[in-house]
Amino acid sequence: MERVAIIGASMTEFGQRDGWIRDLLAEAGTACLDDAGVRPDEIEHLYVSNMASGEFEGQTGIPNALVHDLGAMPAYTQRVDQTSSSGGAGIYAAWQSVASEASEMTLLVGGEKMTHRTTGEATDVIASLTHPVEYKHGVTLPSFAGLTAQAYLDAYDAPRESLARVAVKNHRNGVDNPHAQFRKEVDLDTVLESPIVADPLRLYDFCPITDGSAALLFCPESVAKEYTDDYTVLTGIAGATDTHVVHERTDPTVMGGVVESSRQAYEMADRGPEDVDVAELHDMFTILEVLQSEDLGFFEKGEGWRGVEEGVTTRDGDLPVNTSGGLKSKGHPLGASGVAQAYEIHQQLLGEAGPRQVDCEVGLACNVGGFGNCVTTTILEGAA
Amino acid sequence: MSEQADDAVDARLEAHRCPNGHLTYPGHPRCPECGEPQVEAVDLTDRTAEVVTWTTSTATPPGVREPNHLAIVEFDVAGDSVRAIGQLTTDGVAVGDEVKPVYAEQLRDPEAGIRDPESQEWDGFRFEPV
Repeated sequence: MERVAIIGASMTEFGQRDGWIRDLLAEAGTACLDDAGVRPDEIEHLYVSNMASGEFEGQTGIPNALVHDLGAMPAYTQRVDQTSSSGGAGIYAAWQSVASEASEMTLLVGGEKMTHRTTGEATDVIASLTHPVEYKHGVTLPSFAGLTAQAYLDAYDAPRESLARVAVKNHRNGVDNPHAQFRKEVDLDTVLESPIVADPLRLYDFCPITDGSAALLFCPESVAKEYTDDYTVLTGIAGATDTHVVHERTDPTVMGGVVESSRQAYEMADRGPEDVDVAELHDMFTILEVLQSEDLGFFEKGEGWRGVEEGVTTRDGDLPVNTSGGLKSKGHPLGASGVAQAYEIHQQLLGEAGPRQVDCEVGLACNVGGFGNCVTTTILEGAA
Repeated sequence: MSEQADDAVDARLEAHRCPNGHLTYPGHPRCPECGEPQVEAVDLTDRTAEVVTWTTSTATPPGVREPNHLAIVEFDVAGDSVRAIGQLTTDGVAVGDEVKPVYAEQLRDPEAGIRDPESQEWDGFRFEPV
């Protein structure tokens, strides 16, 4: 099977944007085609990662709208919805389309428009993914984070400050990302003294509500070489699921979908966690970065917090995590986030990450939907 | 007796068990552990449970009380365990505390959220420290 390459990548500025979902998708889509020097009529498949454009904005049918707005007819198109992991699932769909030889040029665009809604309304749209027995009690994704953080700190005797250090680290990284929603450092006291949102987690333990879009262009490696020498290769990818009802999991501090998707992705890439040089993890809440760093095999279970405390995951550490600023600082436009994670890894592998650049040959992105309900792990490498 | 009082008397917090003894709350068309149909309901209403973890949510969606005290609790059923999630009747609960189910006619305002009010039930059980 021929390797699948990424020859173009783009992301819009993340934050509070004037444009609506169609505008945001078109902005990232056109920028990605320009980045690769590919014409719209060369696109054979076009996937759109998006969770809830109908619920947020009353605009459905966005894949066809984007095909038309880009002038990519008669390309095949479909929407990929896997809640917060729609972007990762879109990467999986795009990889499948090229690896199966169904398409020789596949554009993936992820996006979400959220900030016109109040925090309560946006929280409710996202919480609508929960089971009825959860929803009727007013359970939200942030409250799952509070429940899990409480269990983790109790089980592993981890200091509360270690979670706050995730926010401090990722905000520091976001300062150097021109696309990030928050380009402002925060100190430990600011995080620890911010208002409680879901005890023991506070405001700065949570990602913001965000508008934005990101895009990637996929093709067979032989086709990539016709366009550019600056491409990356998708060497490993897998998706996996965990229970819909979160309390039915045996250990609330283990994300089974992360364990299984990474196991399969490592196997496909013939790599292991020790080979990863840089990673983008789904830090929708600070506790999630710690859990994923363990369930991806970077640290033993219960030891992930030490990696943050000891600086292993800072930009100049042995394993930089979330050099983009992560969802925490960069922002989390649901359907765009998984695509934007891979955008950052792509830029890092090409040596185009500017002040965020780290020394790397192998990068990993882990995109999480629900509270670990659906997960995609992707491994990218340089073309050499 | 009023209709609401009837609801309180009739309400049950029920786990579901498959022929292989696996318990879940809520029930599923097939046992998530072994794929067999769940054939037995186990009444948890008069049992007590232990708090596994808890949180107090202060940023709640439309129609949800604020603050919203929540816990995951674990029931012991003849040596087998089954967990449930629900609102707490009070704050100040700690991991390991013993709680009992207490019926509530309406846990959140069905008309205020995004979910269709007719699509699910809105009554249920909060957990109260014993």
